[in-house]
Amino acid sequence: MTVHQLSIFIENRSGTLIKVLEALKAANIQIIASTIADTAEYGIYRLICSEPMRACEELKKANVAVALSDVFALAIDDKPGRAADAVKTFSEAGISIAYMYSFLLRGKGILIFRTDDNEKAVKVIADNQLQSINEADLSELA
Amino acid sequence: MIWNPNKECMSRDERSALQGKRLHKIVEYVYHNVPFYRNKLQEMDIRPDDIQTIEDITKLPFTTKKDLRDNYPFGLQAAPQSEIIRVHASSGTTGNPTIVGYTRKDIGVWSECMARCLTAYGVTRDDIFSVAYGYGLFTGGLGAHYGVEHLGASVIPAGTGNTEKHLKLIRDLGITGLACTPSYALYLAETMDKLGIRKEDIKLRVGAFGAEPWTENMRKEIEERLGLKGYNIYGLSEVMGPSVSYECQMQHGSHICEDHFYPEIINPTTLEPLPAGQTGELVFTTLTKEGMPVLRYRTRDLCSLMPGTCDCGRTEVRMGRIEGRSDDMLIIRGINVFPSQVESVVLSMPEFAPRYMLVVDRVNNLDTLQVQVEIRQEYFTGVFDTPAAVDQLEKKLATKLKSVLSIAAKVQLKAPNTIERSQGKSAHVIDRRKL
Repeated sequence: MTVHQLSIFIENRSGTLIKVLEALKAANIQIIASTIADTAEYGIYRLICSEPMRACEELKKANVAVALSDVFALAIDDKPGRAADAVKTFSEAGISIAYMYSFLLRGKGILIFRTDDNEKAVKVIADNQLQSINEADLSELA
Repeated sequence: MIWNPNKECMSRDERSALQGKRLHKIVEYVYHNVPFYRNKLQEMDIRPDDIQTIEDITKLPFTTKKDLRDNYPFGLQAAPQSEIIRVHASSGTTGNPTIVGYTRKDIGVWSECMARCLTAYGVTRDDIFSVAYGYGLFTGGLGAHYGVEHLGASVIPAGTGNTEKHLKLIRDLGITGLACTPSYALYLAETMDKLGIRKEDIKLRVGAFGAEPWTENMRKEIEERLGLKGYNIYGLSEVMGPSVSYECQMQHGSHICEDHFYPEIINPTTLEPLPAGQTGELVFTTLTKEGMPVLRYRTRDLCSLMPGTCDCGRTEVRMGRIEGRSDDMLIIRGINVFPSQVESVVLSMPEFAPRYMLVVDRVNNLDTLQVQVEIRQEYFTGVFDTPAAVDQLEKKLATKLKSVLSIAAKVQLKAPNTIERSQGKSAHVIDRRKL
């Protein structure tokens, strides 16, 4: 139901993003999806990748401020309106989405998101038979 | 104009005699009332009777900021608490501020010195004088305020902030005098431009500027833009507050109220007194203070002294501009800031590595302070997947810094191991202000 996301603190300075990417490259980590929440002074670089645990350790070794968090991952049909349908089920249950991003994988749309109430979100996913994916699915799909 | 010609213009010999008499008295006073000084003097085998003339001052021990810190809060107070009517505080080098208690007589002396200062600027009872220093623990606001009242001019306790309202009052009330930091004066000028107020619309004619270093160029700019004459005022709470020294119409050095505060210039390394004219560390002995007298207090300010009678008629020695500091103290928006204060706050929060950098700048004539800290890897957990979490951590530190420093600092979080390890004290500071 959830996958590991790396959250990386990146200062708004040239050379900081490449340092992270080079470290991932050196460790032969594949980036599956990523997004940056940017502010005037820094960004939080969120990414879904292969072997997230090992990726996290490798980045720490490279002096990068990095943390693992669990985020929900849902697979939806790659058709207009499917994202709206998925988000509506959470919205109707009174759950707020803190952030969300998406990518395509093998013809499926994957929604990555975090909510303000994970327990409730788990129930909503089960009750509505939404197609969630886990770490193993991701690596298979990749 | 001279407020107190008897004291401000007395002959060198007369003044030396008065200073010697007062020095003897103050040494006797602290010997009997402040254990810290008694112990120090006894260790040096000095009795009050060994101090008879002002030249004997070199026999006395120095007092430092550290001594004030070690005796926090009231250890150096000589008068009983029942005689103290006011307490001010300035920045200490770490968490504890420096506490200074004043007796009714001290407040009187201070007001007298302030009235001398304002009179030297040409202020009279007919002036309307706005005090735009911070009111509160800082000595600037209340110190200037009492002086204006003592002189008999009308005081407008404007305080800091609320610049637009202040400008409206300056224009509508026909305010003629202004006391504030020089950078705030420039900020006022800028706000005037924004509001479309011309210098012809206002009646400001005298400015008392101090509490931070400034230059001749800044003076020219302030005078030009506000249409007034700008004078330097100097002081520090450990000695009294603003008006320890002040410029006269000549604008050439600041006259020290020598009958109350005896100045010396020393070599900060060898602690040897330096001859007049040479630049060194300024040291003050309070000759009449009751609340918290200090013997040979090391100000850490570097400057030189100019003896001799001034063209204005005053015989009081003048001090030149402050040329620097013999420690790492910064003056930001008129407030003393020590990097060690920031350090004590950073070390108290386990989220941050024990490394930090102060970046000081001046934006639109207002000083800014940014504190850079590194988050520790082990504290960067999964909750930091949104900027909100980072902002919250920055805010937590900013709140603590504000309460210790008394001024707002912007916190900038840095990734681990990105701040250079310090090679010495100054390596903690990047001062981008161009003075």
